[in-house]
Amino acid sequence: MPSLYQAIILDHSKHPRNCGELAHANHHGEAKNPTCGDSLSMDVITENGLIADIRFTGQGCAISQASASLLTESVKDKPIETVLTLTPDDILALLGVELSPNRLKCALLSLETLKLALTKNDKNLS
Amino acid sequence: MQTIKNQFPIFDARPGLVYLDSAATALTPISVIDAVSSYYGTLSANVGRGLYATAEETTAQFEAVREKTARFLGAKRDEIVFTRNTTEAINLLAYVLEDQIEPGDNIVVTALEHHSNFLPWKRLAEKRGAELRIVPFETDGSIKGEIAQEYIDSKTKVFAFSAISNVFGTPNPVAELVRMAKEMNPDIMTVVDAAQAAGHSHIDVRTLNCDFLAFSGHKCFGPTGVGVLYGKEAILSTLPPYQVGGGMVQDARAEETAYKDSPHRFEAGTPDIASVFGLGAALDFVEEVGIDAIHDYESGRATQAVSKLEKTFGDSIHILGLNDRRESGIVSFTLDGIHPHDIAQVLGEHDICIRAGEHCAAPLHRVLSLPATARASFSVYNTKTDIDTLVEGLKNVVKLFKS
Ligand SMILES: Cc1ncc(COP(=O)(O)O)c(C=O)c1O
Repeated sequence: MPSLYQAIILDHSKHPRNCGELAHANHHGEAKNPTCGDSLSMDVITENGLIADIRFTGQGCAISQASASLLTESVKDKPIETVLTLTPDDILALLGVELSPNRLKCALLSLETLKLALTKNDKNLS
Repeated sequence: MQTIKNQFPIFDARPGLVYLDSAATALTPISVIDAVSSYYGTLSANVGRGLYATAEETTAQFEAVREKTARFLGAKRDEIVFTRNTTEAINLLAYVLEDQIEPGDNIVVTALEHHSNFLPWKRLAEKRGAELRIVPFETDGSIKGEIAQEYIDSKTKVFAFSAISNVFGTPNPVAELVRMAKEMNPDIMTVVDAAQAAGHSHIDVRTLNCDFLAFSGHKCFGPTGVGVLYGKEAILSTLPPYQVGGGMVQDARAEETAYKDSPHRFEAGTPDIASVFGLGAALDFVEEVGIDAIHDYESGRATQAVSKLEKTFGDSIHILGLNDRRESGIVSFTLDGIHPHDIAQVLGEHDICIRAGEHCAAPLHRVLSLPATARASFSVYNTKTDIDTLVEGLKNVVKLFKS
């Protein structure tokens, strides 16, 4: 079995993209993975139905953090509609690895947080 | 102990295996595997019912394991109840004690308990309107008698604590905790979770003077599917049944039911007979190797591992519990800036098996403000080379994530 820790995952976990907060975010979401103690928090700015900007902060294993970095990178400038239809398989494709059921939860935390942000929160819609 | 390692067939099937997760479940010696399969191969009858040779032989051997388990703990035969595991033993106990807990009473546990010795008591307290009190632990991972005493009063019905924490690996002064609890309240019922102690350090329930004690077969070289609840005869014999059904009644009519005496009263339905046979073989294994030899060997390996880990990783490794002299095979740690799950995953890719997470002890991790820890646990089949392999593996982990 090839290692889970391919270059892309190591790169994104050590140098996460879109790390931080957005002062003028109109969407915000937070989620936790209790088995690992991973946590993620995302700020999103949407404009004209598109993801104009997105940042995340979080703590946890390399898989959860790399997944958040890769996901935020891939959804920028994408229509909200499309983002809401993303599936677990799309996240695995971004990471480029197969995961055991245990680690799947780490990888999918990013998607859960993002969907939560986009559906539950809509403060001062611009 | 090289000859001991030869008794574990898994190393023939997986020669490269570095198994450092014995605190989760111990590996199984050939004698135990043989006992399990010989039950199915040569007897395969139910217990306590049939009047033919294989049924009588099965019953006799099953009860002989009860006798052996009693000797192993320094108890009497009728004080031994077979369960599925530690978890079921404690749940059984919490269930049958229900009538004795009243609103205004309290139940005392500790902050280092495994969920198995925490949640049954928490639920019981909630159900009966009693208070759950949680004794804090010392930085070395032990419970102090004087501190426990502050939580115990005349309204304390149960004091439940583990003999050895499955995260810290530090033994508790069980006899002293029982004595000090009874000083505060002579009627208190003391419950010892011996999941990490049984088969790894000496246990004598008469010396400990605890009222109840639970352990799992699979953590002391036995098969999965069997656990033990010890209870003092004078108390056990007064408690109501847990599950009801076959095997535990004298007489069942429409009007009234007469239950069997303990321990059979608590063993409704067909038990995991093969696993009980396996447990018997596991206790023989422990006796042959010697409980003190097992304890010294496991603690010795853990002590060596700690010293090598500290030498190699210096300030970037944080080891929980007693440092210079370990008293069990358990070594939990964290490495700066690397999540325990990543450590375990990378090691796992090289056939080095450790555990990462909360180890079913969430309250303990909350107190320490740690999301998770990594845990290596050593047993009789672990060689010095296993320690070297672990340290080399961890060096690779650091290289992978820190360069
Ligand atoms: C201290 C302690 N108590 C209870 C248990 C539960 O054992 P089982 O899963 O066999 O019921 C464990 C096992 O992890 C343990 O380490």
